[in-house]
Amino acid sequence: MLILLLQILFTGLAQGARQLIEVRVADPYLELHTGPGEGYPVFYVVERDDTITILKRKTNWYKVRTNRDKEGWVPREQLERTLLTTSDTPVEFRDTSGEDYPGRRWEVGILNGDFGGADMLTIYGAYNFTENFSTELALSQATGRFSDSYLADINLTYMFVPEWRITPFFKLGTGVILTEPKSTLIATEDRTDQTAHVGGGISAYITRRFVFRAEYNNYVVFTSRDDNEEVDEWKLGFAFFF
Amino acid sequence: METGIRIFLLKAGLVLFSISLLSSPVLAAEKTDEADEPLEQVIEPEIDRRDVKPPKIDAQDFEISLFAGIMSVEDFGSNFVYGARVGYHVTEKLFIEGSYGITDTSETSFEILSGAATILKNDERELTYWNFSFGYHILPGEAFWGKNHAFNNSLYLTAGAGNTQFAGDDFFTWSFGFGYRVLLVDSIALHLDFKDHLYDNDILGPEKTSHNLEGTLGLSYYF
Repeated sequence: MLILLLQILFTGLAQGARQLIEVRVADPYLELHTGPGEGYPVFYVVERDDTITILKRKTNWYKVRTNRDKEGWVPREQLERTLLTTSDTPVEFRDTSGEDYPGRRWEVGILNGDFGGADMLTIYGAYNFTENFSTELALSQATGRFSDSYLADINLTYMFVPEWRITPFFKLGTGVILTEPKSTLIATEDRTDQTAHVGGGISAYITRRFVFRAEYNNYVVFTSRDDNEEVDEWKLGFAFFF
Repeated sequence: METGIRIFLLKAGLVLFSISLLSSPVLAAEKTDEADEPLEQVIEPEIDRRDVKPPKIDAQDFEISLFAGIMSVEDFGSNFVYGARVGYHVTEKLFIEGSYGITDTSETSFEILSGAATILKNDERELTYWNFSFGYHILPGEAFWGKNHAFNNSLYLTAGAGNTQFAGDDFFTWSFGFGYRVLLVDSIALHLDFKDHLYDNDILGPEKTSHNLEGTLGLSYYF
């Protein structure tokens, strides 16, 4: 009974996961490469009006099976000139481009830079409410000569002209900083303080899902001592959007 | 404390004010531009626009892998290292990956020779690292096993930055390396990786840059 149930479940899953589509070649011919890359040799050619099944995708390359059971890899540009066998409409194989950038929802990035003299690495995730406004959650680690710090920040970012390829932005946020003095120093205690930051930078669309980003932030650390600490932060890095 | 907050808020306020000054005329100008354009179309096309949905095709751009091997930590011996890695293939050539590794270190030669003196506490001996790297396939190709089998393989370079936790401290770490990948089937690959992790430290007194070489064998799954 259990085996039967499992079987039903697995066949169901397999069918659900695979939506194989069949297309008809509209070009004079379609070349099949041995691997998913431009260097791999062409080993088979499919003629016009033959049908092929699309099996899977790796980056810009699609694995297809011909009706003679040959399997090979085809670049996206060639598949754009094929028709769906069911409706004779061209298959839409779109590549992510700069047009998708302003309307993106999610962005994930890695930045590397300087936090008041310490080396800093940041991972951030951003959610865009509108083309202009987004909120970012960032986790950073700064390793300095005398202390290491961990930062968690949340901020609101405003993109000035999102439809530009290179667009400036402004941000305002708050967070916490955990500071651990180096163990080679005389024992001092770890401390956690609240921070606020204001900053700005530029975000530049490069290609596909890639974005380059450079930013400056001015941090104020609200310490328990008499004076607040001010820290300048510079960093640059890359991001992907979805 | 009080003055700091006041200065900060003042700065934020100033920037916000300058934004409102900057952005509003720009937006206003854009709107009028749009209004000036002729909106009428001379010929109305009588075609029903068909909603073409991009087909859902099983994509294999992500890669998860487990690896194990030997890591030599400068002054602290060569030991077993293991870890995990997640990669995302952006194009056929370029990929990014995040790695996490753990290794136990052994005693320095000074500690062994002196007999009793210890430099690190027991719980400080474990070294963990994480890093994010960019990778580039420089030599993709096919390798042949006998007459009937061909495997896709590739030689790639990696460069990245991250953090090393060792001897009770954190060290900002650069890592450079190269690797060799053989795809056993479309979704499973064998990796042989060599990486050098560089960080500045003063664990043994004077500040120096230490090189920590790592050689690992890994198995990865594409999804």
